[in-house]
Amino acid sequence: MIVMDGLSKHFGPVRAVDGLTLAVDKGEVLGFLGPNGAGKTTTMRMLAGFLEPSRGRAAICGFDVATESIAAKRRLGYLPEGAPLYGDMTCAAFLSFVAEIRGYRGAARRQRLAEIVDTVALGDVLERPIDTLSKGYKRRVGLAQAMLHDPPVLILDEPTDGLDPNQKHHVRELIRGMGKEKAIIVSTHILEEVESVCTRAVVIAQGRIAADGTAESLLARLPRHNAVRLVVPAGAADAAAMVLREVATPQAVERLPAADGLVTFYVLAHEGAAPLAAVAHGLHAHSIEVDSLGVERGRLDDVFRALTAPEGASPEGAGSGHA
Amino acid sequence: MRSVAIIAKRELVAYFATPVAYVFIIIFLAVSAALTFYVGGFFERRQAALDTFFTFHPWLFLFLIPAVGMRLWAEERKTGTIELLTTMPVTTTAAVIGKFLAAWAFIAAALALTAPMWLTVNILGEPDNGVILASYVGSLLMAGAFLAITSCMSALTRNQVVAFILGATVCFLFTMSGVELVLETVRAIAPAALVDAVASLSFLSHFSTITKGVIDLRDLVFFVSMIVFWLFATTIIVNARKGL
Repeated sequence: MIVMDGLSKHFGPVRAVDGLTLAVDKGEVLGFLGPNGAGKTTTMRMLAGFLEPSRGRAAICGFDVATESIAAKRRLGYLPEGAPLYGDMTCAAFLSFVAEIRGYRGAARRQRLAEIVDTVALGDVLERPIDTLSKGYKRRVGLAQAMLHDPPVLILDEPTDGLDPNQKHHVRELIRGMGKEKAIIVSTHILEEVESVCTRAVVIAQGRIAADGTAESLLARLPRHNAVRLVVPAGAADAAAMVLREVATPQAVERLPAADGLVTFYVLAHEGAAPLAAVAHGLHAHSIEVDSLGVERGRLDDVFRALTAPEGASPEGAGSGHA
Repeated sequence: MRSVAIIAKRELVAYFATPVAYVFIIIFLAVSAALTFYVGGFFERRQAALDTFFTFHPWLFLFLIPAVGMRLWAEERKTGTIELLTTMPVTTTAAVIGKFLAAWAFIAAALALTAPMWLTVNILGEPDNGVILASYVGSLLMAGAFLAITSCMSALTRNQVVAFILGATVCFLFTMSGVELVLETVRAIAPAALVDAVASLSFLSHFSTITKGVIDLRDLVFFVSMIVFWLFATTIIVNARKGL
């Protein structure tokens, strides 16, 4: 439903977006990740018809965003970065304006407005000018505006930015709920959001796709993904090392220097599977005292850093996730 | 066309949501009356006519119309709502026309509120109401041309003050282009044909013909084509600069 083919945007000599090719189907919620300035917002603006692509093309439901822009815009709900709104208007007047622009009239308009106000829980503030609302309410007005015409495609630029944890949860539930019938692109900095909401994650850096897959497949890129993390008192460290040598190849075992009287080992996954049972069994058989034992999943933050950080930074230094 | 009406309605309501509308109407009414009675010598002339009233309109509009129109696009760019507006299923042309019509309708309302002037001369004597009606039409058309220029200048910047100054300056040039002072300068550097062309762009001369009661098709065409040209320019500028 969303297709990008070699989509590029150049601002003078700067290549903000450099040949993105990507397709998002119905039922997919695509998390768009990348550091500031990676080209996320520029890409979304091109899809929404706000910026013209310098090269390549993009289509919403088969309508080219540059040449059939009105047809494409009809099928698209768009939340711009920062959710700009007409601050002088009341919520009710603003949403009513959007409904009219989207072609709702008379009773159908009133009914649709009532539904959307209910969906995003705006009932309390309908008659207040948008300028006087809190950030959370403003963001919800922006979401209501994007979802009002029940579009098959939604593009949301940082929909949970500035919301408190409860509001974030609410918005994520909303997106997840809609995800089955729509094609959705959500940009975010919050990586836990990708794990909780998105069926697919695309990391972009310097205007290009750096990674594309499920949150799980991105995590699998970490060397310590699915490694067994074992912490033992320093006194038991050598005995534990002996046990680990029995259950894994020497290359698969990492021993970190002792800290606070504890020694941490990592036993790297073998063909993707964590050797937890073998390690636990060995430790038990030799009655070795264990401080903690678990499987390291790694964090998307680390993948993100590894993919997008400037030269020199490596994921190795960032493997200290909880077990 | 429906989207033009929807945008115009939103825009018109927005004028009255802020003090801009009320300040404009009060200043316009007060200053136009003061100029007519004190500077124009309405009573001293002992004539049942409104020409002293309409004479000052170009000079009043020179400042007041850019004040009304400066926010048209500059504010949208400043607050980022231009991204919202241009990603709705409406053409840029519809948005430009809708916004223009709202501001123009607002100015028309302000002009209509000067009706007590017209009543006054009708009570005091027997004016030529045809001339007065023609003058109102001319005044509204001229206001439209000023507004279209301001709309275009407003699309160039995100700063309303800059939009105001640019708008007032360009409006001033068009108002004054028939005056000897300007024509002398042009004559010194340009061929005669160009001098005539510049002179023919003068708002003042077109407006003064109309206020004499002569509604010449050429004057109407002049103001209407001015409006169309500047709105077309606005559309191009909005499209080219919306993302910057």
